[in-house]
Amino acid sequence: MDQQQALQEYLLRLGDSALILGQRLCELCGKAPAVEEEMALMNVALDLVGQARNWYEYAAELENQGRSADDLAYLRDAHEYRNLLLVEQPNGNYAVTMARQFFYDAWHYFTLKALVESSDERLAGIAAKALKEVTYHLRRSSEWVKRLGDGTEESHAKMQEAVELLWRFTGELTSTDEVEKQLATAGLAPNEEQLACDWQGLVEAVLSEATLELQPEDAWMYKGGKQGEHTEHLGYILAEMQFLPRAYPDAKIW
Amino acid sequence: MPRSGKSAPRPAPVPGTGHLLASDRVPGNASDERLSEDQLLAVLQEVKDPEVPVVSVVELGILRHLEWQGDCLRVEVTPTYSGCPATELIEQMIQQALQAAGIRQVEIIRRLTPAWTTDWITVEGREKLRAYGIAPPQGSASKLSLLGQDEKIICPQCGSENTRRVSEFGSTACKALYQCQDCQEPFDYFKCI
Repeated sequence: MDQQQALQEYLLRLGDSALILGQRLCELCGKAPAVEEEMALMNVALDLVGQARNWYEYAAELENQGRSADDLAYLRDAHEYRNLLLVEQPNGNYAVTMARQFFYDAWHYFTLKALVESSDERLAGIAAKALKEVTYHLRRSSEWVKRLGDGTEESHAKMQEAVELLWRFTGELTSTDEVEKQLATAGLAPNEEQLACDWQGLVEAVLSEATLELQPEDAWMYKGGKQGEHTEHLGYILAEMQFLPRAYPDAKIW
Repeated sequence: MPRSGKSAPRPAPVPGTGHLLASDRVPGNASDERLSEDQLLAVLQEVKDPEVPVVSVVELGILRHLEWQGDCLRVEVTPTYSGCPATELIEQMIQQALQAAGIRQVEIIRRLTPAWTTDWITVEGREKLRAYGIAPPQGSASKLSLLGQDEKIICPQCGSENTRRVSEFGSTACKALYQCQDCQEPFDYFKCI
Protein backbone atom coordinates (compact mmCIF):
# COMPACT_ATOMS: atom_id res chain seq x y z
CA MET A 1 0.00 0.00 0.00
CA ASP A 2 1.49 3.34 -0.95
CA GLN A 3 1.34 6.29 1.37
CA GLN A 4 -1.63 7.94 -0.30
CA GLN A 5 -3.69 4.76 -0.11
CA ALA A 6 -2.76 4.41 3.54
CA LEU A 7 -3.82 8.00 4.17
CA GLN A 8 -7.17 7.44 2.40
CA GLU A 9 -7.75 4.37 4.53
CA TYR A 10 -6.87 6.29 7.69
CA LEU A 11 -9.20 9.18 6.79
CA LEU A 12 -12.04 6.69 6.38
CA ARG A 13 -11.30 5.27 9.83
CA LEU A 14 -11.47 8.73 11.40
CA GLY A 15 -14.60 9.66 9.47
CA ASP A 16 -16.41 6.35 10.01
CA SER A 17 -15.91 6.30 13.78
CA ALA A 18 -17.17 9.88 14.06
CA LEU A 19 -20.17 9.25 11.81
CA ILE A 20 -21.26 5.97 13.40
CA LEU A 21 -21.04 7.36 16.93
CA GLY A 22 -22.90 10.47 15.76
CA GLN A 23 -25.64 8.26 14.31
CA ARG A 24 -25.80 6.17 17.51
CA LEU A 25 -26.21 9.30 19.65
CA CYS A 26 -28.98 10.57 17.37
CA GLU A 27 -31.00 7.47 18.26
CA LEU A 28 -31.46 9.14 21.66
CA CYS A 29 -33.17 12.16 20.10
CA GLY A 30 -36.51 12.45 21.90
CA LYS A 31 -35.53 9.72 24.37
CA ALA A 32 -32.76 11.22 26.49
CA PRO A 33 -33.22 11.13 30.29
CA ALA A 34 -33.35 14.95 30.61
CA VAL A 35 -33.76 17.85 28.23
CA GLU A 36 -30.26 19.23 28.97
CA GLU A 37 -28.80 15.80 28.21
CA GLU A 38 -30.73 15.60 24.99
CA MET A 39 -29.34 18.94 23.81
CA ALA A 40 -25.83 17.95 24.79
CA LEU A 41 -26.02 14.56 23.07
CA MET A 42 -27.39 16.04 19.86
CA ASN A 43 -24.75 18.77 19.84
CA VAL A 44 -21.97 16.23 20.33
CA ALA A 45 -23.50 14.15 17.52
CA LEU A 46 -23.63 17.20 15.28
CA ASP A 47 -19.96 17.96 15.92
CA LEU A 48 -19.07 14.36 15.07
CA VAL A 49 -21.10 14.29 11.85
CA GLY A 50 -19.52 17.60 10.79
CA GLN A 51 -16.05 16.23 11.47
CA ALA A 52 -16.88 13.08 9.51
CA ARG A 53 -17.82 15.24 6.55
CA ASN A 54 -14.46 17.04 6.72
CA TRP A 55 -12.56 13.72 6.76
CA TYR A 56 -14.71 12.26 3.95
CA GLU A 57 -14.27 15.31 1.73
CA TYR A 58 -10.52 14.95 2.01
CA ALA A 59 -10.68 11.18 1.45
CA ALA A 60 -12.89 11.65 -1.62
CA GLU A 61 -10.50 14.21 -3.08
CA LEU A 62 -7.52 11.93 -2.60
CA GLU A 63 -9.41 9.01 -4.09
CA ASN A 64 -10.37 11.15 -7.10
CA GLN A 65 -12.91 8.64 -8.42
CA GLY A 66 -15.82 11.06 -8.53
CA ARG A 67 -17.25 9.87 -5.21
CA SER A 68 -18.51 12.56 -2.85
CA ALA A 69 -18.50 12.69 0.95
CA ASP A 70 -22.17 11.68 0.84
CA ASP A 71 -21.36 8.69 -1.39
CA LEU A 72 -18.78 7.53 1.14
CA ALA A 73 -21.28 7.81 3.98
CA TYR A 74 -24.34 6.37 2.27
CA LEU A 75 -23.14 3.98 -0.39
CA ARG A 76 -20.65 1.76 1.41
CA ASP A 77 -21.69 -1.46 3.10
CA ALA A 78 -20.62 -2.72 6.53
CA HIS A 79 -17.47 -4.53 5.36
CA GLU A 80 -16.28 -1.27 3.77
CA TYR A 81 -16.73 0.67 7.01
CA ARG A 82 -13.57 1.25 9.05
CA ASN A 83 -14.97 2.48 12.37
CA LEU A 84 -13.94 1.25 15.80
CA LEU A 85 -16.08 -1.59 17.18
CA LEU A 86 -16.66 0.48 20.32
CA VAL A 87 -18.73 3.16 18.60
CA GLU A 88 -21.21 0.75 16.99
CA GLN A 89 -22.18 -0.80 20.34
CA PRO A 90 -25.78 -0.06 21.41
CA ASN A 91 -26.60 2.91 23.66
CA GLY A 92 -27.76 0.65 26.53
CA ASN A 93 -28.52 2.53 29.74
CA TYR A 94 -27.07 5.98 30.34
CA ALA A 95 -23.99 4.55 32.07
CA VAL A 96 -23.22 2.54 28.92
CA THR A 97 -23.80 5.58 26.68
CA MET A 98 -21.45 7.73 28.75
CA ALA A 99 -18.78 5.07 29.32
CA ARG A 100 -18.65 4.44 25.57
CA GLN A 101 -18.46 8.19 25.00
CA PHE A 102 -15.67 8.61 27.54
CA PHE A 103 -13.50 5.79 26.13
CA TYR A 104 -13.96 7.19 22.63
CA ASP A 105 -13.50 10.86 23.62
CA ALA A 106 -10.24 10.07 25.42
CA TRP A 107 -8.94 8.26 22.31
CA HIS A 108 -10.29 10.97 20.02
CA TYR A 109 -8.75 13.77 22.05
CA PHE A 110 -5.23 12.33 22.10
CA THR A 111 -5.46 11.23 18.46
CA LEU A 112 -6.45 14.71 17.33
CA LYS A 113 -3.85 16.31 19.56
CA ALA A 114 -1.19 14.27 17.77
CA LEU A 115 -2.72 14.89 14.33
CA VAL A 116 -2.48 18.65 14.83
CA GLU A 117 1.27 18.06 14.50
CA SER A 118 0.87 15.94 11.36
CA SER A 119 3.14 16.71 8.43
CA ASP A 120 0.02 16.78 6.24
CA GLU A 121 -1.37 20.32 6.50
CA ARG A 122 -4.93 19.50 5.54
CA LEU A 123 -5.07 16.67 8.06
CA ALA A 124 -3.63 18.95 10.74
CA GLY A 125 -6.15 21.69 9.90
CA ILE A 126 -9.22 19.45 10.21
CA ALA A 127 -7.80 17.99 13.43
CA ALA A 128 -7.15 21.43 14.95
CA LYS A 129 -10.78 22.40 14.39
CA ALA A 130 -12.13 19.11 15.73
CA LEU A 131 -9.84 19.20 18.77
CA LYS A 132 -11.51 22.35 20.11
CA GLU A 133 -14.88 20.60 19.96
CA VAL A 134 -13.68 17.29 21.35
CA THR A 135 -12.06 18.99 24.35
CA TYR A 136 -15.60 19.82 25.49
CA HIS A 137 -16.87 16.32 24.67
CA LEU A 138 -14.17 14.77 26.83
CA ARG A 139 -14.71 17.19 29.68
CA ARG A 140 -18.39 16.34 29.71
CA SER A 141 -18.12 12.55 29.41
CA SER A 142 -15.39 12.43 32.11
CA GLU A 143 -17.71 14.29 34.44
CA TRP A 144 -20.51 11.79 33.82
CA VAL A 145 -18.25 8.79 34.48
CA LYS A 146 -17.25 10.35 37.79
CA ARG A 147 -20.75 11.44 38.71
CA LEU A 148 -22.28 8.03 38.10
CA GLY A 149 -19.28 6.01 39.34
CA ASP A 150 -18.95 8.02 42.55
CA GLY A 151 -22.70 8.49 42.90
CA THR A 152 -25.30 6.25 44.47
CA GLU A 153 -24.89 2.54 45.04
CA GLU A 154 -27.07 1.87 42.00
CA SER A 155 -25.35 4.35 39.66
CA HIS A 156 -21.96 3.01 40.76
CA ALA A 157 -23.01 -0.56 40.01
CA LYS A 158 -24.34 0.42 36.59
CA MET A 159 -21.24 2.38 35.64
CA GLN A 160 -19.00 -0.48 36.80
CA GLU A 161 -21.03 -2.90 34.64
CA ALA A 162 -20.78 -0.52 31.68
CA VAL A 163 -16.98 -0.33 32.01
CA GLU A 164 -16.77 -4.13 32.14
CA LEU A 165 -19.14 -4.50 29.20
CA LEU A 166 -17.26 -2.12 26.92
CA TRP A 167 -13.69 -2.77 27.99
CA ARG A 168 -13.22 -5.60 25.47
CA PHE A 169 -13.72 -3.12 22.62
CA THR A 170 -11.04 -0.70 23.82
CA GLY A 171 -8.03 -2.75 22.72
CA GLU A 172 -8.51 -1.44 19.21
CA LEU A 173 -8.11 2.14 20.37
CA THR A 174 -4.54 1.76 21.43
CA SER A 175 -3.15 -0.87 19.09
CA THR A 176 -2.16 -0.07 15.54
CA ASP A 177 -1.89 -2.04 12.31
CA GLU A 178 0.35 -1.69 9.25
CA VAL A 179 -1.61 1.24 7.83
CA GLU A 180 -1.22 3.31 10.99
CA LYS A 181 2.41 2.26 11.51
CA GLN A 182 3.26 3.35 7.99
CA LEU A 183 1.63 6.75 8.53
CA ALA A 184 3.21 7.18 11.97
CA THR A 185 6.65 6.55 10.49
CA ALA A 186 5.96 9.21 7.87
CA GLY A 187 4.95 11.70 10.59
CA LEU A 188 1.33 11.73 9.43
CA ALA A 189 -0.43 9.81 12.21
CA PRO A 190 0.07 9.41 15.98
CA ASN A 191 2.76 7.22 17.46
CA GLU A 192 1.20 4.05 18.89
CA GLU A 193 3.08 3.92 22.17
CA GLN A 194 2.45 7.57 22.97
CA LEU A 195 -1.26 7.27 22.18
CA ALA A 196 -1.63 4.08 24.26
CA CYS A 197 0.20 5.68 27.17
CA ASP A 198 -1.86 8.90 27.09
CA TRP A 199 -5.17 7.04 26.77
CA GLN A 200 -4.34 4.55 29.52
CA GLY A 201 -3.17 7.33 31.83
CA LEU A 202 -6.31 9.42 31.51
CA VAL A 203 -8.70 6.46 31.68
CA GLU A 204 -7.02 5.14 34.82
CA ALA A 205 -7.12 8.56 36.46
CA VAL A 206 -10.81 9.12 35.71
CA LEU A 207 -11.88 5.60 36.67
CA SER A 208 -9.99 5.86 39.96
CA GLU A 209 -11.55 9.20 40.77
CA ALA A 210 -14.92 7.66 39.93
CA THR A 211 -14.15 4.85 42.45
CA LEU A 212 -14.44 2.31 39.64
CA GLU A 213 -12.40 -0.85 39.38
CA LEU A 214 -9.75 -0.86 36.68
CA GLN A 215 -9.85 -3.73 34.22
CA PRO A 216 -7.04 -6.28 33.83
CA GLU A 217 -4.39 -5.35 31.29
CA ASP A 218 -4.42 -8.81 29.74
CA ALA A 219 -8.20 -8.85 29.20
CA TRP A 220 -9.45 -10.42 25.97
CA MET A 221 -9.95 -7.77 23.31
CA TYR A 222 -12.11 -7.78 20.19
CA LYS A 223 -10.47 -6.27 17.14
CA GLY A 224 -11.11 -5.87 13.44
CA GLY A 225 -13.37 -2.82 13.13
CA LYS A 226 -10.63 -0.74 11.55
CA GLN A 227 -10.13 -3.51 8.97
CA GLY A 228 -13.83 -3.85 8.16
CA GLU A 229 -14.77 -6.81 10.38
CA HIS A 230 -17.68 -5.64 12.48
CA THR A 231 -20.10 -6.80 15.14
CA GLU A 232 -23.62 -7.43 13.86
CA HIS A 233 -24.79 -4.05 15.17
CA LEU A 234 -23.25 -2.07 12.32
CA GLY A 235 -25.55 -3.51 9.65
CA TYR A 236 -28.64 -2.30 11.51
CA ILE A 237 -27.19 1.18 11.96
CA LEU A 238 -26.38 1.44 8.25
CA ALA A 239 -29.81 0.10 7.27
CA GLU A 240 -31.47 2.96 9.09
CA MET A 241 -28.93 5.61 8.13
CA GLN A 242 -28.65 4.70 4.45
CA PHE A 243 -32.25 3.77 3.63
CA LEU A 244 -33.36 7.13 2.26
CA PRO A 245 -30.42 7.96 -0.03
CA ARG A 246 -30.40 4.37 -1.34
CA ALA A 247 -34.15 4.33 -1.94
CA TYR A 248 -34.11 7.75 -3.61
CA PRO A 249 -30.67 8.09 -5.21
CA ASP A 250 -29.50 11.61 -5.94
CA ALA A 251 -32.50 13.15 -4.18
CA LYS A 252 -31.53 16.75 -3.54
CA ILE A 253 -34.38 17.93 -1.34
CA TRP A 254 -35.75 15.56 1.24
CA MET B 1 -57.98 40.83 10.97
CA PRO B 2 -57.28 41.13 7.27
CA ARG B 3 -60.03 42.85 5.36
CA SER B 4 -61.48 41.18 2.36
CA GLY B 5 -60.43 42.62 -0.96
CA LYS B 6 -57.05 43.69 0.29
CA SER B 7 -54.06 41.66 -0.81
CA ALA B 8 -51.98 40.01 1.86
CA PRO B 9 -48.84 41.92 2.81
CA ARG B 10 -45.72 40.84 0.98
CA PRO B 11 -43.44 38.66 3.07
CA ALA B 12 -40.48 40.46 4.54
CA PRO B 13 -37.40 40.23 2.31
CA VAL B 14 -34.60 37.87 3.26
CA PRO B 15 -32.03 39.93 5.19
CA GLY B 16 -29.37 41.36 2.96
CA THR B 17 -31.20 40.71 -0.30
CA GLY B 18 -33.24 43.90 -0.59
CA HIS B 19 -36.43 43.25 -2.53
CA LEU B 20 -34.96 40.86 -5.05
CA LEU B 21 -36.52 37.60 -5.97
CA ALA B 22 -34.44 34.46 -5.87
CA SER B 23 -34.36 34.41 -9.68
CA ASP B 24 -32.82 37.88 -9.94
CA ARG B 25 -29.29 36.58 -10.24
CA VAL B 26 -27.96 39.75 -11.87
CA PRO B 27 -29.66 42.76 -10.33
CA GLY B 28 -30.37 45.95 -12.22
CA ASN B 29 -27.68 47.82 -10.33
CA ALA B 30 -24.97 45.39 -11.50
CA SER B 31 -21.90 47.36 -12.25
CA ASP B 32 -18.39 46.70 -13.43
CA GLU B 33 -17.02 49.06 -10.84
CA ARG B 34 -15.36 47.28 -7.97
CA LEU B 35 -16.57 48.07 -4.50
CA SER B 36 -13.88 49.01 -2.02
CA GLU B 37 -13.21 46.83 1.00
CA ASP B 38 -15.05 49.28 3.26
CA GLN B 39 -18.08 49.19 0.98
CA LEU B 40 -18.00 45.38 0.90
CA LEU B 41 -17.76 45.21 4.68
CA ALA B 42 -20.74 47.55 4.95
CA VAL B 43 -22.73 45.15 2.75
CA LEU B 44 -21.63 42.11 4.78
CA GLN B 45 -22.34 43.89 8.05
CA GLU B 46 -26.00 43.37 7.10
CA VAL B 47 -25.62 39.59 6.85
CA LYS B 48 -26.53 38.28 10.29
CA ASP B 49 -25.99 34.90 11.90
CA PRO B 50 -29.33 33.12 11.32
CA GLU B 51 -29.26 31.69 14.84
CA VAL B 52 -28.18 34.90 16.58
CA PRO B 53 -29.71 37.54 14.30
CA VAL B 54 -28.09 40.50 16.07
CA VAL B 55 -24.47 39.79 15.16
CA SER B 56 -23.13 39.95 11.62
CA VAL B 57 -20.73 37.58 9.89
CA VAL B 58 -18.12 40.34 10.19
CA GLU B 59 -18.61 40.73 13.95
CA LEU B 60 -18.57 36.96 14.48
CA GLY B 61 -15.18 36.80 12.82
CA ILE B 62 -16.18 34.08 10.36
CA LEU B 63 -15.50 36.30 7.34
CA ARG B 64 -11.78 35.71 6.85
CA HIS B 65 -10.72 37.33 3.60
CA LEU B 66 -12.02 39.38 0.67
CA GLU B 67 -10.11 39.59 -2.58
CA TRP B 68 -10.85 40.68 -6.13
CA GLN B 69 -9.59 38.33 -8.82
CA GLY B 70 -10.43 40.00 -12.07
CA ASP B 71 -14.19 40.55 -12.01
CA CYS B 72 -14.71 37.85 -9.44
CA LEU B 73 -14.86 38.53 -5.72
CA ARG B 74 -13.37 35.71 -3.66
CA VAL B 75 -14.83 35.48 -0.17
CA GLU B 76 -13.24 33.22 2.41
CA VAL B 77 -15.55 32.08 5.17
CA THR B 78 -14.77 29.77 8.08
CA PRO B 79 -17.39 27.70 9.94
CA THR B 80 -17.69 28.18 13.70
CA TYR B 81 -18.03 24.44 14.42
CA SER B 82 -17.34 21.46 12.13
CA GLY B 83 -20.99 20.47 12.23
CA CYS B 84 -22.56 23.93 12.29
CA PRO B 85 -25.84 23.44 10.38
CA ALA B 86 -25.90 27.13 9.42
CA THR B 87 -22.67 26.92 7.39
CA GLU B 88 -24.34 26.51 3.99
CA LEU B 89 -27.10 29.00 4.78
CA ILE B 90 -24.60 31.67 5.82
CA GLU B 91 -22.57 31.13 2.65
CA GLN B 92 -25.73 31.47 0.60
CA MET B 93 -26.75 34.65 2.45
CA ILE B 94 -23.33 36.20 1.82
CA GLN B 95 -23.57 35.34 -1.85
CA GLN B 96 -27.05 36.83 -2.14
CA ALA B 97 -26.12 40.02 -0.28
CA LEU B 98 -23.11 40.63 -2.53
CA GLN B 99 -25.09 39.94 -5.68
CA ALA B 100 -27.81 42.27 -4.46
CA ALA B 101 -25.09 44.90 -4.09
CA GLY B 102 -24.36 44.52 -7.79
CA ILE B 103 -21.45 42.10 -7.81
CA ARG B 104 -21.91 39.65 -10.65
CA GLN B 105 -19.39 36.99 -9.75
CA VAL B 106 -18.87 35.82 -6.21
CA GLU B 107 -16.84 32.80 -5.25
CA ILE B 108 -17.27 31.52 -1.69
CA ILE B 109 -14.40 29.51 -0.28
CA ARG B 110 -14.83 27.49 2.89
CA ARG B 111 -11.65 27.72 4.88
CA LEU B 112 -10.94 25.43 7.85
CA THR B 113 -7.50 26.69 8.89
CA PRO B 114 -6.75 28.47 11.04
CA ALA B 115 -9.71 27.14 13.01
CA TRP B 116 -12.26 29.72 14.11
CA THR B 117 -11.89 30.94 17.66
CA THR B 118 -14.24 33.00 19.80
CA ASP B 119 -11.30 35.42 20.21
CA TRP B 120 -12.25 36.69 16.73
CA ILE B 121 -15.65 37.96 17.85
CA THR B 122 -15.35 41.75 17.80
CA VAL B 123 -15.94 44.03 20.79
CA GLU B 124 -19.16 45.28 19.15
CA GLY B 125 -20.22 41.68 18.51
CA ARG B 126 -19.72 40.77 22.18
CA GLU B 127 -21.77 43.76 23.33
CA LYS B 128 -24.58 42.85 20.93
CA LEU B 129 -24.59 39.25 22.20
CA ARG B 130 -24.85 40.46 25.77
CA ALA B 131 -27.68 42.88 24.94
CA TYR B 132 -29.47 39.99 23.18
CA GLY B 133 -29.29 37.88 26.39
CA ILE B 134 -26.34 35.64 25.50
CA ALA B 135 -23.29 35.89 27.74
CA PRO B 136 -20.32 36.55 25.42
CA PRO B 137 -17.20 34.36 25.64
CA GLN B 138 -15.06 35.40 28.59
CA GLY B 139 -11.29 35.20 28.66
CA SER B 140 -9.14 33.88 25.86
CA ALA B 141 -9.64 30.55 24.10
CA SER B 142 -5.98 29.67 24.51
CA LYS B 143 -6.34 29.67 28.29
CA LEU B 144 -9.06 27.05 28.28
CA SER B 145 -7.46 23.99 29.77
CA LEU B 146 -8.72 20.46 29.56
CA LEU B 147 -11.12 19.53 32.34
CA GLY B 148 -10.69 23.00 33.72
CA GLN B 149 -13.40 25.54 34.33
CA ASP B 150 -14.17 28.66 32.38
CA GLU B 151 -13.84 31.96 34.17
CA LYS B 152 -16.74 33.37 36.17
CA ILE B 153 -19.62 33.82 33.77
CA ILE B 154 -21.56 37.04 34.21
CA CYS B 155 -25.35 36.98 33.89
CA PRO B 156 -26.34 39.00 30.79
CA GLN B 157 -29.61 40.01 32.47
CA CYS B 158 -28.57 41.37 35.86
CA GLY B 159 -24.77 41.40 35.72
CA SER B 160 -24.34 39.03 38.67
CA GLU B 161 -21.29 36.77 38.90
CA ASN B 162 -23.24 34.28 40.96
CA THR B 163 -24.07 31.87 38.15
CA ARG B 164 -23.87 28.12 37.68
CA ARG B 165 -23.45 25.91 34.64
CA VAL B 166 -26.50 23.74 34.00
CA SER B 167 -25.13 21.94 30.95
CA GLU B 168 -21.98 21.96 28.84
CA PHE B 169 -24.21 22.35 25.76
CA GLY B 170 -27.02 24.84 25.26
CA SER B 171 -29.38 25.49 22.36
CA THR B 172 -26.53 25.12 19.86
CA ALA B 173 -23.08 23.50 19.95
CA CYS B 174 -21.40 26.89 20.40
CA LYS B 175 -23.25 27.64 23.63
CA ALA B 176 -23.47 26.26 27.16
CA LEU B 177 -26.51 26.56 29.40
CA TYR B 178 -26.18 28.61 32.59
CA GLN B 179 -28.48 29.89 35.27
CA CYS B 180 -28.14 33.04 37.37
CA GLN B 181 -28.49 32.28 41.09
CA ASP B 182 -29.51 35.87 41.82
CA CYS B 183 -32.15 36.73 39.24
CA GLN B 184 -32.84 33.02 38.55
CA GLU B 185 -32.88 33.55 34.77
CA PRO B 186 -31.44 30.74 32.67
CA PHE B 187 -29.21 31.97 29.85
CA ASP B 188 -26.93 30.80 27.05
CA TYR B 189 -23.18 31.34 27.32
CA PHE B 190 -21.14 31.55 24.14
CA LYS B 191 -18.32 29.11 24.92
CA CYS B 192 -14.66 29.93 24.44
CA ILE B 193 -13.13 27.77 21.76
